[in-house]
Amino acid sequence: MFQSVLRRYLILHKLKLFKAPVSSQIRRIHVTSNLWHGEYEWQDPKSEDEVVNITYVDKDGNRIKVRGKVGDNVMYLAHRYEIPMEGACEASLACTTCHVYVPPEYFDKLPPSEEKEDDLLDMAPFLKENSRLGCQITLTKDMEGLEVQLPKATRNFYVDGHKPKPH
Amino acid sequence: MTYKLLRRVISSSSYTKRPQICIVGAGPAGFYAAMHLTKKLENVNIDILEKLPVPFGLIRYGVAPDHPEVKNVINQFTKVAQQPSVNFYGNITLGKDVNLQQLRQHYDAVLLTYGAEEDKTLGIENEDATNVIAARNFVGWYNGLPCDKDLKIDLSGRTAAILGQGNVALDVARILLTPIDDLKKTDITEHALSALSESKIKEVYLVGRRGPLQVAFTIKELREQLKLKNCRTIWNENDLADVHKVVSDLPRPRKRLTELMLKSFNEKQTMSDDCNIKYFRPVFFRSPNKFLVDDKKQLTGIELICNQLVGEKCVPTEEKEILNCDLAFRSIGYKSVQADKDLILNQGYVKNDKGIVEDASSNLAKVYAAGWLGTGPVGVILHTMGNAFQVAKVMHEDLNNIDDQNKGGFEEIKKIINKSNSNIIDWNGWEKIDKYEKEQGKIVGKPREKICSVDKMIKIAKK
Repeated sequence: MFQSVLRRYLILHKLKLFKAPVSSQIRRIHVTSNLWHGEYEWQDPKSEDEVVNITYVDKDGNRIKVRGKVGDNVMYLAHRYEIPMEGACEASLACTTCHVYVPPEYFDKLPPSEEKEDDLLDMAPFLKENSRLGCQITLTKDMEGLEVQLPKATRNFYVDGHKPKPH
Repeated sequence: MTYKLLRRVISSSSYTKRPQICIVGAGPAGFYAAMHLTKKLENVNIDILEKLPVPFGLIRYGVAPDHPEVKNVINQFTKVAQQPSVNFYGNITLGKDVNLQQLRQHYDAVLLTYGAEEDKTLGIENEDATNVIAARNFVGWYNGLPCDKDLKIDLSGRTAAILGQGNVALDVARILLTPIDDLKKTDITEHALSALSESKIKEVYLVGRRGPLQVAFTIKELREQLKLKNCRTIWNENDLADVHKVVSDLPRPRKRLTELMLKSFNEKQTMSDDCNIKYFRPVFFRSPNKFLVDDKKQLTGIELICNQLVGEKCVPTEEKEILNCDLAFRSIGYKSVQADKDLILNQGYVKNDKGIVEDASSNLAKVYAAGWLGTGPVGVILHTMGNAFQVAKVMHEDLNNIDDQNKGGFEEIKKIINKSNSNIIDWNGWEKIDKYEKEQGKIVGKPREKICSVDKMIKIAKK
């Protein structure tokens, strides 16, 4: 609870403090509660000023429109609306299950990926120039109209020819 | 009795199909498949059978103790297991307590996800020498796998060599080189912690038969190793001398990984007089030819053949060299075991077509394989997830085409199992074990202290 209040406070005051410490915060919180993850995304926007409309394009090409809000995490928001985006490590930057593509015009608006995110993306099949991890995207007002696309990888994994090399 | 009869009547009517699915192996592949099937099928019963009394497979027993974030997926799997349509039955071994044919008789579909538990061997001289250890057993030992808890390992020597350059090899190196105080905060087992705290290992070689451009480990793991406190990385001058010429043409993942190696190489770290410093030493283009031993068959070193890379292939040369070491690990991959006589294994995994295991007895339920058992032991959790979803999708389509669904499921299987084994552990039992482990961990400042004995697990679960 405290965390979401803090997050709201930071967003209201336009402090861009949130991205960097995310993994250490999650670790700390994880000890006390499993339930915190994604709680904030379940709250509806309090006013129109907060609203950020985005679209998820699933692996079959279906477009799912979602009314998100400033501060929402793209992965947890997807979970709320039952979009098939996984999040095995719960946004702690330890897996690649929330791999998405972001169109170029929005890609540049995102804070650049950290080394850790890039390291993980290197393991994702069908990596592209515009690949990101959904859990590292936090919505801001200028992401209105964002379209994130889920890779086909999870479905046609072996059919599409990619085979991870044995160790 | 009336209830049973009623249920049978209901379940045989076409309006209330309730397919009975059996999953063998409660690791990530099994849980991801169950997750997909419960999402897609409104009315279904899934029984997950597991050899150990505890769930989660390699998430619990493979993921390194200093990677707790990777284990967060356990929360998702727990939600799957807590659904009314999903049951966990631990301490049941396929091929011993129950066989595949029996499962196929009493279920509508059987999915095998029991992984790849055996390690590949090198097949060279003196591989059975004292202190030549399978990386797999070492991982099982520090992670509390019951069958590995008594692993004999002598850490009193100065030098260890790991044969193989994958992520498991890097896990082994990191556990040997990490300051003990950092390991104390993890869920590493007490027996491993106490042995590692006495360890005299100062130097760990990571030996690969091919070159720096062919390593199988990934950048995340290498970066962690390079950032390790009180540890220097020493590269062979010749191994990386020409690499910079080709870096710019590599695809992104390989490029970033190679750049990281070059960056570390260019730091030219050297040996130090400080006895607190440890060393990580990658070695390339070397294949083990034989293990060298003393008269007590104690390991003293490894004879290596120097290789040359021709294209992507490595070709042995006449040149040989000796690497003196007191401890060696074999980390060249895993293979699956043949758990049931009816299964055909091919190159270490079960032969299958898009997850379907081909078989002539069409009057029995179909058999599927997913995860490492079906794909071979390759890839990170994303790959296993993708494969499990894909196979579950095929199962879902097949189940829609089955009309006759009135199989007895676990009720029937239980009768068979109870003849030899009365200690089936359900999810409730696991929760008791989980609680106990967390409490024990709290006492020593760790997230959990794993129970390493199956008997003790059963005792706690049955309380």
